[in-house]
Amino acid sequence: MLALVVTRHILGGMGSAQIAVFYSLAVIAIAVFFYGMARRVVKYRQGRALDRPWLRGPGSGVKGVTARPSFASAAGAVLTNRTVRRRKPLVGWAHLALFWGFLGLLAATTIVGVDYDIYGHIITGALQGHEKTFLTGWFYEGFNLVFNAAGVAAIGGLAVLLVRRHQRSEPQLDYTRVDVKDGGYSRAKLVAGDMLFVDLLMAILVTGFLVQGLRILSEGFPSFEGWTWMGWFVAKALSVAGISPDVAFYLHGVLWWAHSLMALGFVAYLPYSKAVHMITSAADLVATDPGPTRRLPALADGKPGYTSAADFTWKELLDFDACTKCGRCHEVCPARTSGGPLSPRDLILDLRQWLNSSRHIPTLLETELRSETTGPAAPPDAEPAGDVIRQETLWACTTCMACVEACPVGIEHVPTIVSLRRRLVDQGKLEPTLQAALQNVASQGNSFGKSARMRARWTKALDFTIKDARKEPVELLWFVGDHASFDERMQGLSQSLARLLHDADVDFGLLYEAERNAGNDVRRVGEEGLFEMLVESNMQAMGNASFKEIFTTDPHSFNTLRNEYSSFGLEVRVRHYSQLLADLLDAGRIPVAPLGTKVTYHDPCYLGRYNRITEAPRRVIRALGCELVEMPRNKDNTFCCGAGGGRIWMDDSHLEERPSEMRIKEAGLLAVDRFVVACPKDFAMYSDAAKTTGLDTSMRVVDLVQLVEEAHVLAVRDTARETAGMASGANSGETETS
Amino acid sequence: MGNDVVVVVEHDGGVVSDTTFELLGKGRELADAWGGRLVAALFGEPELAGELGAADVVRFAAGAELGGYCPEAWEALLLNVVESVGARLVLIGTSTVGMDLGSSLAARWHAAPLSYVVALRADGDQLLATSQIYAGKLLADLRVTAPRVVVTHIGGLLPSDAGRRAGSPAREEIDPGVLGSLKSAFKERRVPDGGGVDITAAPMLVSVGRGIAGQDNLELAQEVADALGVPLSASRPVIDQGWLPKPHQVGKSGKKVKPKAYLAFGISGAPEHLEGMRNSELIIACNTDPSAPIFDVAHYGTTVDLFDLLPELAERLGD
Amino acid sequence: MIAMRIVVPVKQVPDLVEELELNSEGSDIDREFVKFVANEWDEQALEEALLIKEAVGAQVSVVAFDEPDVDQTLYTALARGADEAVKLTGAGDGWLSTAERSRLLAQWLSGQSYDMVITGVQASDDLDGQLAGTLGGLLGVPHASVVVGVEPGSGSVTVTQELAGGTVVRTEIATPCVLGMQTARQAPRYAPISRIRQAMSAGGLESVEAPGEATGPTDGIELLRLYPPEKAGRAEMISGDAPAVAERIVEILASKGLVKL
Repeated sequence: MLALVVTRHILGGMGSAQIAVFYSLAVIAIAVFFYGMARRVVKYRQGRALDRPWLRGPGSGVKGVTARPSFASAAGAVLTNRTVRRRKPLVGWAHLALFWGFLGLLAATTIVGVDYDIYGHIITGALQGHEKTFLTGWFYEGFNLVFNAAGVAAIGGLAVLLVRRHQRSEPQLDYTRVDVKDGGYSRAKLVAGDMLFVDLLMAILVTGFLVQGLRILSEGFPSFEGWTWMGWFVAKALSVAGISPDVAFYLHGVLWWAHSLMALGFVAYLPYSKAVHMITSAADLVATDPGPTRRLPALADGKPGYTSAADFTWKELLDFDACTKCGRCHEVCPARTSGGPLSPRDLILDLRQWLNSSRHIPTLLETELRSETTGPAAPPDAEPAGDVIRQETLWACTTCMACVEACPVGIEHVPTIVSLRRRLVDQGKLEPTLQAALQNVASQGNSFGKSARMRARWTKALDFTIKDARKEPVELLWFVGDHASFDERMQGLSQSLARLLHDADVDFGLLYEAERNAGNDVRRVGEEGLFEMLVESNMQAMGNASFKEIFTTDPHSFNTLRNEYSSFGLEVRVRHYSQLLADLLDAGRIPVAPLGTKVTYHDPCYLGRYNRITEAPRRVIRALGCELVEMPRNKDNTFCCGAGGGRIWMDDSHLEERPSEMRIKEAGLLAVDRFVVACPKDFAMYSDAAKTTGLDTSMRVVDLVQLVEEAHVLAVRDTARETAGMASGANSGETETS
Repeated sequence: MGNDVVVVVEHDGGVVSDTTFELLGKGRELADAWGGRLVAALFGEPELAGELGAADVVRFAAGAELGGYCPEAWEALLLNVVESVGARLVLIGTSTVGMDLGSSLAARWHAAPLSYVVALRADGDQLLATSQIYAGKLLADLRVTAPRVVVTHIGGLLPSDAGRRAGSPAREEIDPGVLGSLKSAFKERRVPDGGGVDITAAPMLVSVGRGIAGQDNLELAQEVADALGVPLSASRPVIDQGWLPKPHQVGKSGKKVKPKAYLAFGISGAPEHLEGMRNSELIIACNTDPSAPIFDVAHYGTTVDLFDLLPELAERLGD
Repeated sequence: MIAMRIVVPVKQVPDLVEELELNSEGSDIDREFVKFVANEWDEQALEEALLIKEAVGAQVSVVAFDEPDVDQTLYTALARGADEAVKLTGAGDGWLSTAERSRLLAQWLSGQSYDMVITGVQASDDLDGQLAGTLGGLLGVPHASVVVGVEPGSGSVTVTQELAGGTVVRTEIATPCVLGMQTARQAPRYAPISRIRQAMSAGGLESVEAPGEATGPTDGIELLRLYPPEKAGRAEMISGDAPAVAERIVEILASKGLVKL
């Protein structure tokens, strides 16, 4: 009789007591689930309101740099696992298989529930007096065909992830802390939590197929169950293994309960564990905004920095809950890789644990144990900056944004770090060299502590005068920046650029001594008051000048002028000098002869990653006839030199190996003649790194402008030769590439 | 009103300071020019009077506590000396003692104070002085017509031999009653633990300043020092940061050194530092700022980056 | 119990980062041209006063004369944690010698109650003595200079003074007293701009008429000339890159027999 109908019996063979137990447990599990989720939601609602427009608001995203965030793009990211697959195809595709497999099984369970409880018990049973099922016939066969595939996909994907988690051989999955060298902590529960999550999920999936196989075996392989291809296969395997239909029937009952209890347990466990990321990560991807990292939020209610748990925004609370400990930020962070005391992953996890315990959010296996009440175990009234997250951890950040870029779930680490730094600055907790630099900026307007009047002294070596934009109108205002103005190693680069622009008849000018540090790094250090003061000075100076556009030497100045000054009323286009040079070369306004040398190019974080300007410098390099060998990590995946976010003003002697040294070694493997940079800080950092590593003998660190100048000088010389004497004709021009 | 010149004797651990001898030499010259006496004021350690042969009179006060220096006590004694001998000029080194006593003595004795003096000579009955101002960026030539003057003179600029003369000055003890009603009490005197390092005895010194930028960078300089087999010394900022212990400090508040060669890295050359090392036989200075005052006293200078130079030097000297 | 009161006299000095220009008579620097900043040793004095306040409680009053950009310095002091900032006005707008400064401050202090005056050990424009000693002498109270540590007691303080060669002496001094600070126990704290601006908008600066006017430089001292020192003894600069310079230095040392080549 059973075999005649193409369907199966739900809760087949169970007594009413068992059914009652099952339903009671289901109700409890769902109640526990909703309670946990409700606690989380209440927590987010208690988070501080965002001081930025969220999603499609006029201030979200960064115009011309990133797409404005939208529900459609967020949904796309969630459904395609785009951000998970990025840069990690194996893990990403495995996750995608699990993701869709899980969704499929969730759908299958939902269909069964609808069919059995709603359609069967209520609609047909209670109302019509005769329970029916729609899970029958071709629908039943199709259902099994599709959802067997989902289960297999889930198991396949999970297997990859499970093996990785168990092996823990990849650095990003290593939970050893980088900021606490002398122990006193245990993260065994975090590891156990990870294991429980993957193992439990795997056990549910595997028992699911076993239950199915045992049922098919016990039912004597009804032919239509052939559509249940994986269940059929399992049943065959069990049969081959010698399990009789009677034993199968008995085992089915046992395993069914095992499977069901684990599944119900999973539902209950989800909001308290790593599994909550299924919901929070997706939500965070919807809420995330690429804007605030590039355009830091103003002070919240004028309050300088975070002082308590109440200061975190709901987005930050969601960020912390969204973290899956995938460790991609940990992997790419230049502070962590160079032996510094910062792991962005641990920063997020510490804040999460502290905030959750402060608000008594129940969690399971999500806590690090400490022998003292420090770090994540700090008391609720602790200072987030200093107690929960150590000062040196916060200062280690270069704000290179690699973590934000790498994060598959949309966590914005950098604005959080800056908000915490603001508190340290407000308390005067900064290291002496940084303090000196800020004091110099406050008193002289530059970090070098040189007299403001000396800012344009580098122009004295030119045989022409650069226009003073405050005195006569110019097309382009050159915002030179501190390093290119005051650092003797960079003054030559500024002179070269000035000569090139002069030769190309570009109408440009300077603010001369009225220019101040643009404030990008000052702001990222957390000295918001000083940043505002600098903006006021620069806006006033620019207000007294006449120009149509701005270009900068420094990518950091570029970022703040382009993305942050608009909030203070700057409305003109801002470009980086690499863009200007690319356009001039394209237009043929700078004659160049091909250099024919092999180069690599280092994308500055604030140009390549922050502002997505990756093509202009490459256009320049190509226009000069250079062979460009790409760095292994390039463009938005570039690796920081270690100088950003104010790090250039701090002591880096404690690092095991400076990020710049690691980076230059990466270039050393490419067998190129030149290491091309487009940022004065890079020029300084890599010139030093090339010397320390000894690579300066085989590879020269050059700025883009030096490369252009070299090709230009060559072209001018060639032209001079041609016009001077073509009598010999023999000398066909050997190219010098000293 | 007399024409006597009073020199305050500074001593540390039973040793009279070089600056004191320099000032005794200068005081002798001025006292002779004006026909006055040279009076040495010696507080604590009376047995040091034997070294003060350049003076006509040694006014001394005994007392173990005085040897440790107590500003109020020294001030009371000095005031007694200048009022009782008919002084017109008091000479003190620009030291802690000079800063303490020079200014307050001038206030209480109604004398004109002169600070950071680098040159002093009699011009007939008057006194011509040159003082440093603005951290040595400017000099001021001054004519002193005041009947009483207290000069604090920067050490290390005058020959000390002129003050090291044999002689048998009259020894006069100051009435201990002067110290009757003090509001201060000497507690202790601490000599820093040298850790076995005596930078004053080294034939050469490798010295670092603010430009070294971080404690870990000291290693670069240490390598050069090791290659030469000499100790590391430093200017005040490095000591204040705690990067090197106090006995390594060269300068006014540190040690005065006269090595055969003084190699200065990242030291800009504040007057206080120059005071401690300007008499070195050979000074080679490395500083990226070509206008750094260190180059005014150095024999050789370079503006290359010390982080580039130190490894190169270590390599060449290491063989 | 009445908390201790610490008065911290501060002053403005020319910013030595700038080139100093002389006026046409060569009698003074060009004060129109130069930029003025807080005297660095006064910042040490304030820091020590604030550390004492934090440790045992004290009212810290900063006092200055009306000098260029002094408001900035006073507001910065408030931002760092000073309780009171007093600007003494009407003492004249030229440079105040240490003697005049001390005389006016002594008069002002005579109407104040205080336990300690802590000021910078020196200033770059001291020509006629330092403030701490002069003020101590005028007030007739104990004083100490080149102080590197202050331990407040009851009715007295124990100060640590630094002598040459790193030797230090500790002396217990009855209050009131005047101290000239060389180095505070920690570097002067950073004053965030937002706090300075807050202090400015709160307007906590008290302007008080100075108890008298400047009467000109010290009697009996006449400034003949102000001039930059001759650069006659300037070092011979070694040119070239680091290896070349290193090579040359080794040669020089070798020529003096200090190293063997």
